[in-house]
Amino acid sequence: MTRTGGKGGKGRGKGEELMVPRAEFRSYYGRPVIKAPAWAARDIAGYFFLGGLAGAGSVLAAGAHLTGRTTTARAMKVSSLAAISLSTAALINDLGRPGRFPYMLRVLKPTSPMSVGSWLLSAYGPAAGAAALCAVTGRVPRAGAAATAAAALLGPAVATYTAVLAADTAVPAWHGAHRELPYLFAASATAAAAGMALVVAPARESGPARCAAALATLADLGATKATERRLGMVAETYREGKAGRLLRCARGLIGAGAATAALAGGKSRPAAVAGGLALLAGSACTRLGVFAAGIASAEDPVYTVVPQREAKARREAAEAGEAKGAAGA
Amino acid sequence: MGIRTRIRAWPAYRQATGADPLGRGRAAMSPRSAALRARTSAADRVVKSVCPYCAVGCGQQIYVRDERVTQIEGDPDSPVSRGRLCPKGSATLQLTTGDSRRHQVLYRRPYASDWEPLDLDTAMDMIAERVVATRRETWEWEREGRRVARTLGIASLGGATLDNEENYLIKKLLTGLGVVQVENQARVCHSSTVAGLGTSFGRGGATTFMQDLQHADCIVIEGSNFAEAHPVGFQWVMEAKARGARIIHVDPRFTRTSALSDLHVPIRAGSDIAFLGGIINHVLTEEKDFREYVLAYTNAATLVGEDFRDTEDLDGVFSGFDAEQGAYDPESWQYEGAEVQAPAGDVEQLHDERLRNARATGDPAGHAETHGSGGPQADAQAPGDPTLSHPRCVYQILKRHYARYTPELVERVCGVPKETFRQVCDALTENSGRERTSAFVYAVGWTQHTVGSQYIRAASVLQLLLGNIGRPGGGIQALRGHASIQGSSDIPTLFNLLPGYLPMPHAHTHEDLDAFVTASRTDKGFWGDMRAYFVSLLKSYYGDAATPENDFCFDHLPRLTGSHSTYDTVLAQLNGECKGYFLMGENPAVGSANTRLQRLGMAALDWLVVRDFSLIESATWWRDGPEIETGELRTGDIGTEVFFLPAAAHTEKSGSFTNTNRWLQWHHAAVEPRGDARSDLWFMYHLGRRVKALLASSDDPMDRMVQDLTWDYPVEGALEEPVAEAVLAEINGHGPDGAPLAAYTELKDDGSTRCGCWIYCGVYADGVNQAARRTPHTEQDWVAARWAWAWPANRRILYNRASAAPDGAPWSERKAYVWWNGDDGRWTGHDVPDFVPDRPPGHVPPEDATGPDALRGDDAFIMQADGKGWLYAPAGLLDGPLPTHYEPQDSPFPNLLHPAWRRSPTRRLYPTDGNRYHPSGDEPGADVFPYVLTTYRLTEHFTAGGMSRWTPYLAELQPELFCEVGPGLAAERGLEHAGWATIVTARNAIEARVLVTDRLKPLTVHGRTVHQIGLPFHWGPNGTVTGDAANELVAIALDPNSHIQEDKALTADIRPGRRPRGPDLPRLVAGYRRRAGITDRTGMERPV
Amino acid sequence: MTGRLLSGPEPDPAGDAGHLDAPPRVGFFTDTTVCIGCKACEVACKEWNAIPEDGLSLTGMSYDNTEGLGASTWRHVAFIEQPSTAPSAPPAPSAPSGSPGPGPGSVPVPDGRTELPLTDQRAATAPAAGGEGGDLRWLMSSDVCKHCTHAACLDVCPTGSLFRTEFGTVVVQEDICNGCGYCVPACPYGVIEQRSSDGRAFKCTLCYDRLGAGQEPACAKACPTESIQFGPLDELRERAALRVDQLHAAGVEDARLYGDDPADGVGGDGAFFLLLDEPEVYGLPPDPQVTTRDLPAMWRHAGAAALSLAGAFAASYALPALTRRGRGRR
Ligand SMILES: Nc1nc2c(c(=O)[nH]1)N[C@H]1C(S)=C(S)[C@@H](COP(=O)(O)OP(=O)(O)OC[C@H]3O[C@@H](n4cnc5c(=O)[nH]c(N)nc54)[C@H](O)[C@@H]3O)O[C@H]1N2
Ligand SMILES: Nc1nc2c(c(=O)[nH]1)N[C@H]1C(S)=C(S)[C@@H](COP(=O)(O)OP(=O)(O)OC[C@H]3O[C@@H](n4cnc5c(=O)[nH]c(N)nc54)[C@H](O)[C@@H]3O)O[C@H]1N2
Ligand code: SF4
Ligand code: SF4
Ligand code: SF4
Ligand code: SF4
Ligand code: SF4
Ligand SMILES: [Mo]
Repeated sequence: MTRTGGKGGKGRGKGEELMVPRAEFRSYYGRPVIKAPAWAARDIAGYFFLGGLAGAGSVLAAGAHLTGRTTTARAMKVSSLAAISLSTAALINDLGRPGRFPYMLRVLKPTSPMSVGSWLLSAYGPAAGAAALCAVTGRVPRAGAAATAAAALLGPAVATYTAVLAADTAVPAWHGAHRELPYLFAASATAAAAGMALVVAPARESGPARCAAALATLADLGATKATERRLGMVAETYREGKAGRLLRCARGLIGAGAATAALAGGKSRPAAVAGGLALLAGSACTRLGVFAAGIASAEDPVYTVVPQREAKARREAAEAGEAKGAAGA
Repeated sequence: MGIRTRIRAWPAYRQATGADPLGRGRAAMSPRSAALRARTSAADRVVKSVCPYCAVGCGQQIYVRDERVTQIEGDPDSPVSRGRLCPKGSATLQLTTGDSRRHQVLYRRPYASDWEPLDLDTAMDMIAERVVATRRETWEWEREGRRVARTLGIASLGGATLDNEENYLIKKLLTGLGVVQVENQARVCHSSTVAGLGTSFGRGGATTFMQDLQHADCIVIEGSNFAEAHPVGFQWVMEAKARGARIIHVDPRFTRTSALSDLHVPIRAGSDIAFLGGIINHVLTEEKDFREYVLAYTNAATLVGEDFRDTEDLDGVFSGFDAEQGAYDPESWQYEGAEVQAPAGDVEQLHDERLRNARATGDPAGHAETHGSGGPQADAQAPGDPTLSHPRCVYQILKRHYARYTPELVERVCGVPKETFRQVCDALTENSGRERTSAFVYAVGWTQHTVGSQYIRAASVLQLLLGNIGRPGGGIQALRGHASIQGSSDIPTLFNLLPGYLPMPHAHTHEDLDAFVTASRTDKGFWGDMRAYFVSLLKSYYGDAATPENDFCFDHLPRLTGSHSTYDTVLAQLNGECKGYFLMGENPAVGSANTRLQRLGMAALDWLVVRDFSLIESATWWRDGPEIETGELRTGDIGTEVFFLPAAAHTEKSGSFTNTNRWLQWHHAAVEPRGDARSDLWFMYHLGRRVKALLASSDDPMDRMVQDLTWDYPVEGALEEPVAEAVLAEINGHGPDGAPLAAYTELKDDGSTRCGCWIYCGVYADGVNQAARRTPHTEQDWVAARWAWAWPANRRILYNRASAAPDGAPWSERKAYVWWNGDDGRWTGHDVPDFVPDRPPGHVPPEDATGPDALRGDDAFIMQADGKGWLYAPAGLLDGPLPTHYEPQDSPFPNLLHPAWRRSPTRRLYPTDGNRYHPSGDEPGADVFPYVLTTYRLTEHFTAGGMSRWTPYLAELQPELFCEVGPGLAAERGLEHAGWATIVTARNAIEARVLVTDRLKPLTVHGRTVHQIGLPFHWGPNGTVTGDAANELVAIALDPNSHIQEDKALTADIRPGRRPRGPDLPRLVAGYRRRAGITDRTGMERPV
Repeated sequence: MTGRLLSGPEPDPAGDAGHLDAPPRVGFFTDTTVCIGCKACEVACKEWNAIPEDGLSLTGMSYDNTEGLGASTWRHVAFIEQPSTAPSAPPAPSAPSGSPGPGPGSVPVPDGRTELPLTDQRAATAPAAGGEGGDLRWLMSSDVCKHCTHAACLDVCPTGSLFRTEFGTVVVQEDICNGCGYCVPACPYGVIEQRSSDGRAFKCTLCYDRLGAGQEPACAKACPTESIQFGPLDELRERAALRVDQLHAAGVEDARLYGDDPADGVGGDGAFFLLLDEPEVYGLPPDPQVTTRDLPAMWRHAGAAALSLAGAFAASYALPALTRRGRGRR
């Protein structure tokens, strides 16, 4: 029959962590109210991660380019091109009808983050490509610089629009965090790019990357905290199960990576590489974790029903208050 | 495409330049969307048709393009359905055009392990040869010294899914061949309806029509799951509800009907006579009857003879009971003054006199059903007491009979609390009378009991007392089953009937036409003219060969000796008497009681012909039936030769269905059948042609009747399809000039008229197919008299003379329907008056008048021998003049009213191996089967599943057999929701998934808790979704009047887990029989 | 971009989507109090749209073996067995006295609507006798795509496969959909779904093809009891309000409309319902929102995040340079 009460069945060891007391809720045989995305985690979380790596990488590359860290610049341009290509491949791979990928440019819909993203990618992709090509071949350096600049300008958007893409859904763990998710994605992208730079750049050029890694770590922590605060009971999905494990891993890896890089990355190449890899892995875990949290929140109707009931109750209370106020006046 | 147009076609460009800047509408429209066209509007033609599933008879429109059916949906013009279709009707496209239909003839050689394809012509030739050979081998001229002129070697089953024209040819050809075992679903479905309603009112059909329900002030749905089994008809209940009517559902289960009712009354299955008797008692003791109506239109005042004794006097049996025979001699039930024959001397000498009474009361061969259109004999002039105070008047007898049916008794027997019971009584009595009317709706929750006919009688008695028969918003709505089950009763493929409810003759010495007619007709009313109907039928069967000199070939008709019902046929198969079997649209291996015996019977046949859409269980039992799994049968040992012939669907043939309200609705062929698929009309016609050719030159006297049978129908098209309208014209009949007749009143008994079914006379009036009339309901009043054609005489509410007071004026303005118009000297109103059109209300016929002329101006029941509705049935039924509560054959309880007679004293039993009965009540071993089990249907499936289990859109909606049990029972037996359970009776055991639900409530009966188990019966081993058949559990125990099986109330045990496989299954069942101490005497408390 | 284009009351979704001279917006009013759970709507929809069979296992969810809306189920009938304190069943709606009076344009007129006058006004308004209907209620409700005024599925669709028709309905164009799957999590009602065979998304089209031909949707046409009522949305809203009043007057206090309010989180549903319990009991979200409403905010935050990202890198380059310079000075 209809399920009444809390999340019947599932163990809930961390009840005391709940920020909102668990409300009574009924559902239709415990079935989800909304549909979880059918996206493959590898493809779409991968797409988020790689997009972040590419976008942030372009910024990092431009900085390196500007500051004469040519090795880093070249490597990061190549990395961004590779990342954005793989990212696009992941997206196409996830399409039911890959042959119809070009339909992404059939319309330009400001209401669709994926449409905006597609147009963005179609500008960014060539820029990143040109930047990488010029850097590798050493030809047409001016054009290369222009492309580098263009990619750097678009890069941050490429790194963060995916947060909007996720947040602009009915998935409680994503939409509920629509304000925080872009920062988390930005932090994660920064970590990834920094990590990549640590892996590919000579130690002497890695100062900014180490610094970025440290900033990313702080931002990641801050964004995660903010997200969880905002989400209320839905934050469980970030703490429990697969998502919880991944996100704990992510924090550990990023923290460890940034620390390793900060402490030893300037001197020891292996330490830098290790730190960089940890950062990359951490960033990937963040994306997979957020993805998993989203799925978990979509699959259990409690995360749809309870917050909505609360929102409705709050609104109705406010309206009633208003009415009372009006009546009083 | 140029680059410019390409750019123009680019939505982003349109977005930038058009009115849809966000690209969410017009700009994003694709070429396909722009070109989209509904396939309904692309059809070459739209053909009017009728839903092939149930008897509501919803209108369908068939869309055809390139000679393919592309869509089937509701016909908005239909007054019955108003364009709507239930899930089954909505799945008709998949049913008729889906992959599961077969289009090739298949043949199984004796002992073969597989099918082989066979050419259609060859198959037809082979079947014709089998028919001729088997007939010759098994022919009998006489039995026990009396002429029978028949064969018991051949039988056929099926017809309710077929057209009237097809049933007509089946009955005609098989009767012509001397085959008597002709049966269809009507037997197992609603035969007790014909007996119950026919005996009470004179006709065996629903007294009203679907749309009229909207005018009811109260509707009691009992023994029917209206919303699930007749969903589109249920809209009229919703209309009534919208107008303020009170809707009550009395059912063991809380169903989708209950959910929409104002009141659900859970009742113990098998106890309705106690319940209805309780209401009758309430009405009588509180004098809530509609007295004027009762006095004028019922036999309440009539005096019954002095010899009559009630069950209340004789401890549970009526007078005349012969314990040896388990049968009544009904003579003592007659009205005062009726001649009573002393049953002395040589039976045959007294034949003529005895015959009269035996016929009138229905003999063991199912005469009760002959009152489908013509009541039983009774004294038309019996004395009466208008004060209703004479102790022997029907009213007082009734009062005494039901005096013990108190609310307390109802509570103890039915499990219905007194307060709830009172609510039902009040709702009914408050909504009956001059200003208000109440309707009863029932279906097979009532018919399928060992006392089924009496269930329907009980409702008839009640509705007569309340004055609800013949009036708008009143009546008894018998919801029948298949698309043309009413038609297959009217033009019966039934052993005991000829078209129009004329009886099949029994074997008697010196029987001739006159003796036969005398024994069957009534003196008064339209059944008095029965000779004209009968002779006209013989003329249409035997044409010019039928002459006054040869009694119109009366002796060509084969004779009955006892019962030849489908269940008797199974025994005849088992004992080797019946060798050849046609299954034409019926699936007894799933749908009939005791399916195991059905299959064992088929395994004993020489040959079997199955005509269906797909390979139903009745076609494949020899290779994959349950007995193959248990090892009881081995394919290699089975000698039955099996022919499978694919049937054409209703979209592929023209013909008429008769719906549950007696409406004949024509469906037009939309396309030709593919492959070997052929209509049953084609099959019968071409089989007949072949058989007649084989016998054309024979001079054997047994072939003479076949030679005399008229069999020339025009054919059309490449497939040589017989013209269905030509058959309809023969059914309608014609006069000496060959012109179609307009009404049965034109029929003559001198051989100058021919008519294949007298009650259908008029359906082809003026040479126009009246059944094909389709004036939209929006263009006529709610009675919709110009839509299709209803028998009799296009009347929609039967007995509508009773809608007016005796003086001819409407009882009330609100309930005006048919009334006397003094100015014109005619009856008039919204419907065709069910009365002699110009007979004034006050007319008193001369003493010596007979037939219709003998009807008084207030004899509203014109088919009855006394013109009255029968509260008390002095004749007509074998099990008593008044409904009496008896327990079902298998019941957990003793009979509280009549401890000496637990079960109906006259029920028919078949105590054969494999058909054992349970101990009941306080008999030792009864506790082995402690639960009441009832079987039923679901909206999403159809009957034995042939039309739903193979249809994925339906199958997926109810994919597995389940049983419904209450939480209490689940706890008691450890059953888990969605888990498996095994259900066991003495016959067999099946497995089902479990639904634990509050919708099945335990009841307190006889002071203790009883649990009921609900079990739908649609599944079998074949098809897209499969499961065990509920009928494995059901015993053959029958109502004596109509031979319908009791599958609505039995007992069973239930246990968790799946059933054993292989030989362990029969072992489990045998273990149960042993534990319950079951022998061949169990449950047989009277000799058979 | 005005507000009404993304959220809030939107009187003319078709017009604002570029359909000039659009006919009146049409939709469904599903009155679950008269639903008999027959599933004709499910089957009629499948037949009309040739949707594949959708699984053959028993769910144990009362009589619901369809489970929910999806790519191969565009109508879904929910079954809820409940103990009840209310009358076992609400009264049926009065037969509407007026004719539906279709608006201009090509709005198809539903077939076979009740037109018979009430024979007994007195009885029709009499309250249902309460409390005696037993202790059980069996709710049945036919669910369908809501054809939201602000349809998240449509908003997020990157290809324009999902579009708003001239009838104000929301339709997937199967020749366009590339199976990106974005619409699936976007829908706040969990309606649209991808078919596993090729990933394309499917849902109710509100029988776009039939509407174009002046025919009513297949499901509404089949529905035996008029539980599914099709017509111009304005008119349906009026009728629904009357029906709720009638039920309240008859003592059915549980009766409520769902999705009828143009001011709700999705701007009102094109297919709305009369329910007898909380929406979530039927598997419906209690307070659905079109996320597009928050899209401007999201873009702002994304922009800010992007800037912070750029800023962080700028800082990362600046900081070492500063420290180096500082060290160099030292
Ligand atoms: N969807 C669908 N519609 C059908 C059919 C179908 O198979 N599926 N079949 C058609 C056919 S052939 C027929 S005959 C009709 C039958 O139509 P119905 O008679 O309505 O069908 P059933 O479900 O067999 O039985 C009706 C109800 O009787 C109840 N019942 C059982 N025993 C008793 C009893 O002793 N007393 C009372 N009061 N009720 C009892 C059952 O619980 C059940 O709810 O439906 C026709 N329509
Ligand atoms: N336990 C239990 N048993 C019951 C009942 C019950 O309530 N409980 N109900 C009983 C009742 S009321 C009935 S009516 C019976 C029904 O039982 P059956 O009549 O045996 O069941 P159906 O599946 O309707 O079988 C009809 C067959 O006719 C086929 N058919 C349809 N149209 C045509 C056609 O035009 N030509 C040919 N040749 N074939 C066609 C269909 O495919 C189908 O296989 O079951 C009875 N059995
Ligand atoms: S099955 Fe019966 S109720 Fe359903 S559509 Fe066909 S005729 Fe109508
Ligand atoms: S209900 Fe979902 S699928 Fe339907 S229009 Fe609204 S958002 Fe789109
Ligand atoms: S799956 Fe198809 S309909 Fe859905 S958003 Fe993607 S392209 Fe649009
Ligand atoms: S409107 Fe058409 S597509 Fe939508 S559910 Fe009804 S029948 Fe299916
Ligand atoms: S909405 Fe209509 S068609 Fe659908 S289940 Fe309910 S009553 Fe049947
Ligand atoms: Mo039936």
